Amino acid sequence: MAKEEEIRESLTKQFGALEGKIRIQRARRMWAEVEPSDFETVLDYLRKSQGFVILCTMTGLDKGENLGIIYHLAREDGIMLNVEVTVPKTNPVIKTVTAVFPGADHYERELVDLLGFKIEGLAPGFRYPLTDDWPEGQYPLRKDWKLDPSLKTGKIEES
Amino acid sequence: MGKVFIPIGPQHPALKEPASFRILLEGEKVIEANVRLGYNHRGVEKACEERSYLQDMYLLERVCGICSHSHSTCFIQAVEEVAGLEIPPRANYIRTVVAELERIHSHLLWLGVAGHEVGFDSLFMYVWRDREIVMDLLAKISGNRVNYGMNTIGGVRRDISPGLYPEILKAMDVLEERTKYYIQIATGEMSFIKRLSNVGRLSKEDVETMCIVGPTGRASGVPRDVRRDDPYAAYGDLSFKVITDDHCDVYGRAVVRVLELMEAYSMVRQLIKNMPEGPIVVKAPRKIPAGEAVSRYEAPRGEDVHYVRSNGTEKPERVKVRAPTLANLQAMKKMLENYYLADIPIVIAAIDPCFSCTDRTIEVNRLEKGTTELMSWDALRAYSIDWYARQGIQLKGIRL
Repeated sequence: MAKEEEIRESLTKQFGALEGKIRIQRARRMWAEVEPSDFETVLDYLRKSQGFVILCTMTGLDKGENLGIIYHLAREDGIMLNVEVTVPKTNPVIKTVTAVFPGADHYERELVDLLGFKIEGLAPGFRYPLTDDWPEGQYPLRKDWKLDPSLKTGKIEES
Repeated sequence: MGKVFIPIGPQHPALKEPASFRILLEGEKVIEANVRLGYNHRGVEKACEERSYLQDMYLLERVCGICSHSHSTCFIQAVEEVAGLEIPPRANYIRTVVAELERIHSHLLWLGVAGHEVGFDSLFMYVWRDREIVMDLLAKISGNRVNYGMNTIGGVRRDISPGLYPEILKAMDVLEERTKYYIQIATGEMSFIKRLSNVGRLSKEDVETMCIVGPTGRASGVPRDVRRDDPYAAYGDLSFKVITDDHCDVYGRAVVRVLELMEAYSMVRQLIKNMPEGPIVVKAPRKIPAGEAVSRYEAPRGEDVHYVRSNGTEKPERVKVRAPTLANLQAMKKMLENYYLADIPIVIAAIDPCFSCTDRTIEVNRLEKGTTELMSWDALRAYSIDWYARQGIQLKGIRL
């Protein structure tokens, strides 16, 4: 796991705040926790200097008081770095990564619809994956969300 | 010339799953294309949080009708990593055999659909006839044509008996002969080549920046394949080539898939030849210790990603599924714009849609008589009406 150790070393050297926050779970699987304020610069460094050019997907998490996002980044040689960023549930704002990963568009829209993230800088477009008439403020992947049969969508308006 | 918006979908002839394309046309040329997804959102991830790990495996196997084994394997690989389970080598080999057979059936299915979309229906008929060979093989191994139910946490549920090896190898020989013929068609038949060339182009740079996966990306000269880059199951023991092509268009995507078929036959042969002896499953705990893992899997259409977070109970805290089609649909805009309206079905089909359900006669084995008889669709329909009538349910007047 020499390569993974090298990545960890250069990351902690570059960003002192990451000391002790990078975990190597097994060969080719690394995990890191990054502060939202540092995320942009860390991502930039990972892409440009460490070869993490693939964004596999983004996972949203409901962590009680907070919401989390995991950016699943990968290199051409198969090493994956899963970067977790945590923001408070009361103000779950993150910046879009579509400028560097245009393919992240649908992943970010999914976070908006299912967990209620607010994504700064995300271009207007169709929502995904919920219906256009989905009631506001209902985020199905939040832990406290329960299916309420009175929330009917897809009504056909009588003409 | 005036511009006109036309909606294509959500029920689209080229796709089994619904997706809506909003197309702005000038004459016959596509000026702008926007994709609206989500019609098939079933809340699977939420449902997974309310079920046990084993139940989730069966649920996730049903995310997709074609790459069902891909999703269940991808999910349990993550669960097994969190639980710290070491899978017996034989189980890994069996998983890989089924994975490659699934790829063969999916690629053959795609080739047939592609033939159909460009009006080459004899290719469609031939390919789908040959696809039955691999479907029968999957049915013999697992009991099912799709949704094989081979996996379980800690290994596989069914062994492949050595008595079946010669049949598997013979099927690979037959399919290889047939695929050589399809390669001849794909690389020599001018009407096929001309119809697909320079349609739905996607540059190498676009593939790289948009993180496009699978044969769609490899057809633009980007050699990304999880089986080689991040080996799982038995892929580390196999020798195979990652097929790429630099046509960057629908033609390239066809070439990559037919050549990948040849690699898949070779992989199945290697797996059968080197199949290790031993157990096929280890005991898995009901409660999975707290932890998280992410698993990648090269499904027939591209990289499948599953993330699992466990909280130490019988049910997962979070399950995330990223199917390859979601990654690839994002490039659809680029592939459709500046091409013609008539190219839309084949361009959409070129990222590999789901298409199943063939009308076929059903072979009925009458065990008591020891004879086999063929039942036509009409006879089967009459039989079912009669069967319901005997249960006291009258189906007359209901259109079946």
